[in-house]
Amino acid sequence: MFRTISVRLMQSIPVLLLVAVLSFILMHLLPGDPAVVIAGADAAPAAVERIRRELGLDQSIWRQLLSWFLNLAQGKFGSSLMLNQTVLSAVGERLPVTLSLAALSLAITLPIGIALGILAAYFRSSWIDAGVMAIALIGVSAPSFWIAIVSVILFSVKLGWVPSAGYAPLLTAGPGAWFASLIQPAMVLSLFQIGFLARMTRSAMLDVLEQDFIRTARAKGVSEWRTVGKHGFRNALVAVVTVSGIILSLLIGGSVVVEQVFALPGIGRLVVQGIMARDYPLIQGTMLLFGFAFVLINVAVDIVYTLVDPRVRYD
Amino acid sequence: MTDVGLVAPSTQILAERRRFRVLRKLAAHRSFKIGLVVVTVLVLCAIIGPLLTGTDPTAMSIRYRFKPPSARFPFGSDQYGRDILTRVLYGGRLSLSIGFSVALLSGVFGAMIGVLAGYFRAIDPYVMRLMDALMAFPAILLAIGIGAALGAQASSIVVALAVAYVPRTARIVRASVLVIREMEYLQAARVSGAGDAHIIVKHVLPNCLGPLIVQLTFIFAYAIVAEATLSFLGIGPPPPAPSWGNIIAEGRDYSVEAWWVMLFPGLAVSLAALGMNLLGDGLRDVFDPRLKIET
Repeated sequence: MFRTISVRLMQSIPVLLLVAVLSFILMHLLPGDPAVVIAGADAAPAAVERIRRELGLDQSIWRQLLSWFLNLAQGKFGSSLMLNQTVLSAVGERLPVTLSLAALSLAITLPIGIALGILAAYFRSSWIDAGVMAIALIGVSAPSFWIAIVSVILFSVKLGWVPSAGYAPLLTAGPGAWFASLIQPAMVLSLFQIGFLARMTRSAMLDVLEQDFIRTARAKGVSEWRTVGKHGFRNALVAVVTVSGIILSLLIGGSVVVEQVFALPGIGRLVVQGIMARDYPLIQGTMLLFGFAFVLINVAVDIVYTLVDPRVRYD
Repeated sequence: MTDVGLVAPSTQILAERRRFRVLRKLAAHRSFKIGLVVVTVLVLCAIIGPLLTGTDPTAMSIRYRFKPPSARFPFGSDQYGRDILTRVLYGGRLSLSIGFSVALLSGVFGAMIGVLAGYFRAIDPYVMRLMDALMAFPAILLAIGIGAALGAQASSIVVALAVAYVPRTARIVRASVLVIREMEYLQAARVSGAGDAHIIVKHVLPNCLGPLIVQLTFIFAYAIVAEATLSFLGIGPPPPAPSWGNIIAEGRDYSVEAWWVMLFPGLAVSLAALGMNLLGDGLRDVFDPRLKIET
């Protein structure tokens, strides 16, 4: 087990390095001069020049890349221009919001998506199958921000069930307010993932349910519930775990949009604000963290994969 | 003596038969047919619809601000008194062209990178690690970043989304190339003296077309939704020229009082994406039933 984890982590090092280089390049692609942004539009040229020197922007691109890596090696992700704090502390402040949203959304997605997928596969070509696939298709087709706006009009404005925007922290506002502030965004965010997961589960289950061991299980009198639930789903789980990495990355991407609509002060909103304000170090640092998170999620998925399917090994 | 029945059909006839089998299967596929109808109707609406309504999508009229759907304004009117139906029809032109261009660009570059990486094994690890690293950033964030860098216009959205989807396309093409290059007919071609360029163009490319087309159909669907999302975030094609995304973005501020402004373009986006997804499902079932969905 330890060997698998360390092998898989070693394999991800080149990608992690490339992710760091790419976030650096991406920042340098953005037009405009960070020094001018910091100094303000009508600052004296001397002041702009001084800031440029302080940021190290007067040096060659290779020197800048080198110092970016040297800083990263020391755990320094840089400081935000608009917030007056380090990127790490800015992200740390907003992490609970995004994690709460992601966790709640996952808690909605997994049971519903898997259950719908199994139902559709079991009642193949029936109205249940057609209905589930219709829901799944709408889930992956409709833009989530649009669903969010429609949902706010319906559930917040007309019915008044949940607040339309804003975040209530778990510790200070209590679990009730926390849940109320997140349930609507989490449901909107889940819609796409549920559609995706239901489709994947359905096709995996269709493959498994045609296997001989399912027929054998039925023939020897195993209950239908156990046949499908245990023999069937245990085997379909491999395919579901494979896509869970994709689901998590969709969740990260989706939270950027959903946080924006519901004005949740999470990391996604932070990045969008950073991009709009041309806050270069912030964009660079957060993009890097997003990239790292994605790579590590995939390592974790691969490790779970070896647990679910002992035949899989990474050497 | 020649017995026609015993003569093996020429390869050309075989290829033609195969083509017909694919078409027949597609014609029998229900979700493919629904998707084809939906997409065709939307494309026709975008092409000839604007000619039929005869109104200017940017014509303002203070007298007709925020009119709910009626006979005169079937989809209502917005804060400048512009006809939403006309704007949605015109917006379809822009949004569908953006979707198509993104699919085309991702297809061309994805196929190029995927074929080269899959065929020339020496460069494969480097190219694919780069693709992995690009894929580590959420597609929408990458698009926001590049879109913001290039400025708010239709062409920068196309480039931004293509950059986000090229790695995903390349990975799929590479996977099929890895299978194809082990095929016997490829070795036969090589033994009979065909060069790399000939083999790639004549044997490799045609055989990874199926999975590629399937992937591009899905990318078309994602791109339409992503255009709307980027417009909503303020990085879309700028108003007043309508795109489905920027009509929704403009209508958002009035979404409670004038729900129709954002409802109809949103439905158009969803319908277009739905149609493309259905088309893609059908193509996937026919070309390769075991192919998994990639995002």
